[in-house]
Amino acid sequence: MSAISAEPIPRDTEHRSRTDARHDFIFRLILRFCALLVLAALLGAALATLWGGRDVLFKDGLHFLLSSEWNPVENQFGALAPIAGTLITSLIALMLAVPVSFGIALFLTEIAPNWMRGPVSAAIELLAAIPSIIYGMWGLFVFVPFMSSIEPTLNDTLGNIPVIGALFQGPPLGLGLLTAGIVLAVMILPFISSVMREVFQTVPARLKESSYALGSTTWEVVWDIVLPYTRSAVIGGIFLGLGRALGETMAVTFVLGNSYNLTASLLMPGTSISSSIANEFNEATELHRSALIALGFLLFVVTFIVLLIARYMLRQLARKEGR
Amino acid sequence: MSAVYARRRVVNVIALGLSGLATLIGLIFLVWILEITVQHGFSAMKPALFTKITAYQADGGLVNAIVGSLEMDLMALLICTPIGVLAGTYLAEYASSTRLGASIRFLNDILLSAPSIVLGLFVYVIVVLPMTELTHGRISFSAFAGSVALALIGLPVIVRTTDEMLRLVPGTLREAALSLGVPQWKLTVQVLMRAAFSGILTGVLLALARLAGETAPLLFTAFGNNFMTVNPLNKMASLPQTIYQYTGIADAALNAIAWAGALLITLFVLALSLLTRIMFSRKKVSYE
Repeated sequence: MSAISAEPIPRDTEHRSRTDARHDFIFRLILRFCALLVLAALLGAALATLWGGRDVLFKDGLHFLLSSEWNPVENQFGALAPIAGTLITSLIALMLAVPVSFGIALFLTEIAPNWMRGPVSAAIELLAAIPSIIYGMWGLFVFVPFMSSIEPTLNDTLGNIPVIGALFQGPPLGLGLLTAGIVLAVMILPFISSVMREVFQTVPARLKESSYALGSTTWEVVWDIVLPYTRSAVIGGIFLGLGRALGETMAVTFVLGNSYNLTASLLMPGTSISSSIANEFNEATELHRSALIALGFLLFVVTFIVLLIARYMLRQLARKEGR
Repeated sequence: MSAVYARRRVVNVIALGLSGLATLIGLIFLVWILEITVQHGFSAMKPALFTKITAYQADGGLVNAIVGSLEMDLMALLICTPIGVLAGTYLAEYASSTRLGASIRFLNDILLSAPSIVLGLFVYVIVVLPMTELTHGRISFSAFAGSVALALIGLPVIVRTTDEMLRLVPGTLREAALSLGVPQWKLTVQVLMRAAFSGILTGVLLALARLAGETAPLLFTAFGNNFMTVNPLNKMASLPQTIYQYTGIADAALNAIAWAGALLITLFVLALSLLTRIMFSRKKVSYE
């Protein structure tokens, strides 16, 4: 009986593969720990602000959300004015930034000659690289005087339209919700337009060419083919811009005017969640500080939901492409 | 029939014209903001900015703020780079198709655009408050806390870049190394990270560009300081926070110093983002 003698595996190789396996295990554990830190950062931010704001959130509850009385001296904290300010300025920003972003994306994907596309889109994206404090300074020193010079004209034109006229009535302060909304619009422009531009480029050329072959104009191709194809991602991009606008602090703090009075006019000073926190936090004590942290918690929850929707919508198009 | 054609052609021309106008509006705002910053900042430049501290107010400079910014930015990078690179590696190499990986990637994207002021409050609650408690108020606001807040801004950028860059490394490289019996950690550190090195470095620079301009998270963490300090347990001034402070005061001399600081920071941030763009013009990752 002739045995086929297999060479036994040398001892040290076996030992080595065992230590390798152990090292791999440890390495993997470290990596996983670091990845979980990302989760911990988000969860921690929510829990820490909830904890910091507990005195106000649990004591006043719904009253905190619905009252417009904000009086630190008498420990009265109602968040309605900052919440309204955040929502109004963000909505103004969206109403202005969405059409302009769409125009930019359309220009860069369908109209501009090839040599122009790279530099122009790089320039637009440069807007996103400028630190927000610079927007704040420019807003205060340059844009506020500009707005106060055109606000009498706004009073006389838009201010006379029935129903929405009240929005544009007011003294020409320059400061206010409208000014903040416009500054925010410029800030979120590059985010929305770059998402739109990227998703417009993913539309299969075959679809567009078929439409052109049937005699469509460029506009009809964009409106009837490109936009429906990319609808979910475009909405995602808009929500991404909304998320940015809601949480932006430095760009709006100087131009809002820091007033807790709720008025119908967009030309009047207001406040927002983030600018209230930035303006008052370091002078605040006890309950006032707790109220500001509670505002931070609200802001975090709202932006989290908005960004969640944004990411979900953006995924839809990626899935359609099988990415 | 021809009326329909004419109408469609007119609609088309108007729409395309408006889209060109939209692009022009975007470019006008860019030029407007940059022009103002350069003009105001340049005329306010003086040597004292780099030699005197902010305690002298209008006669002073920004040197403690500049040093503070550099120190805190560097410390923030030291915190977020290792964590971010390792987390990104986990996503790309170990969890590219698992549920956990998908949800971490998803949440990292959210952290990328989370409001920075809330991250500042978060660090205030978990670092500043406990430190005050532990040292009985001797240490409260600190440069360390500021760095942690800035690190939270940079972290998601590095995670995302590392993740995407590692996934661009060809699979054959992994197979070749594994077939030689190389353990996976060695493959990751010595083969994959080396192959993706320039990409990961870009991520770190982009993170720096983002966190260097941040103001909101520093207000309640590093607080500010009119004197020069390098001790990370002290309150520390930073360029953005000093600009914020000087802009809010109605004093032309202080506003001028703020503009000079604004120009410094804008130049730094724009130079960094141009550098990364040039370094990395081919492989494109989006950071929305």
